[in-house]
Amino acid sequence: MSLYLFLTLAILTIISALAVVFSKNPMYSVLWLIVCFFTIAGHYVLLNAQFLAIVHLIVYAGAIMVLFLFVVMLLNLNADTEPHKSNLSKIASAIAAGLFFVVLIASIRATALGEFNLPNKTNIGFVEEVGKKLFTDFLLPFEISSVLFLSAMIGSVLLAKKEKK
Amino acid sequence: MSTSIDYLALAVQFMVAAGFVVTTMVATHLIGPKRKTADKLENFECGIESKGNARIPFSIKYFLIAILFVMFDVEVIFMYPWAVNFRELGQIGFMEMLFFTGTLLLGFLYILKKGALKWH
Repeated sequence: MSLYLFLTLAILTIISALAVVFSKNPMYSVLWLIVCFFTIAGHYVLLNAQFLAIVHLIVYAGAIMVLFLFVVMLLNLNADTEPHKSNLSKIASAIAAGLFFVVLIASIRATALGEFNLPNKTNIGFVEEVGKKLFTDFLLPFEISSVLFLSAMIGSVLLAKKEKK
Repeated sequence: MSTSIDYLALAVQFMVAAGFVVTTMVATHLIGPKRKTADKLENFECGIESKGNARIPFSIKYFLIAILFVMFDVEVIFMYPWAVNFRELGQIGFMEMLFFTGTLLLGFLYILKKGALKWH
């Protein structure tokens, strides 16, 4: 049962991820990315990481994707403004990508795959467990993250707001 | 304690919701009558003839609102594991969260003071 669920989710994830890359329209790419995020949240649930799944849905599929859509809309997407790459840059990028592919294959062949035992029946991904850890052992990083949010807010306001002269 | 199999009901609900939307959209498309004339297929824009297309760069203000929303969204996410453990963490946990939200409140006051949410 769990295996079939995983296989369905994995196939859906790969199809949606490929659709993100191959969509001509950037809007469709973003919408496919939302589907991809939903399927990845499903994977998190299967791995007993419920908190991560909920964070992934609310923050990534909900909020970050809005930002992605806005960035796409902020760009000028008219067809005539699309830059055309010259043949030289096409050849150069093909060679670079091919070399990288060769390096990747070589390194995969060189590494010996070790044994990996999936720890089944861990409870660390549950919301209660995450909360207990977060508010006792990892309290300082949690509080520091609030300072990070503060600086992010100030930074975004400073960048986007026009100063009155 | 819940396991991942308990979330199957959620998945079923998800599928029913998505299936309803897809079925309704396909059904209305198939059942409804269609009379396609040039006037009916025209993009409606308050009776004014439309010029150009929708692909124009828009104001950065929308993006600013969205990015500020993300901050508070993440803040609320941190409240979820806190609320689940609220009784166990007790007063110290309350103080921790107070400090966290206090820092974010400072940021919110800064945003209000700067007038970043004003729409001129």
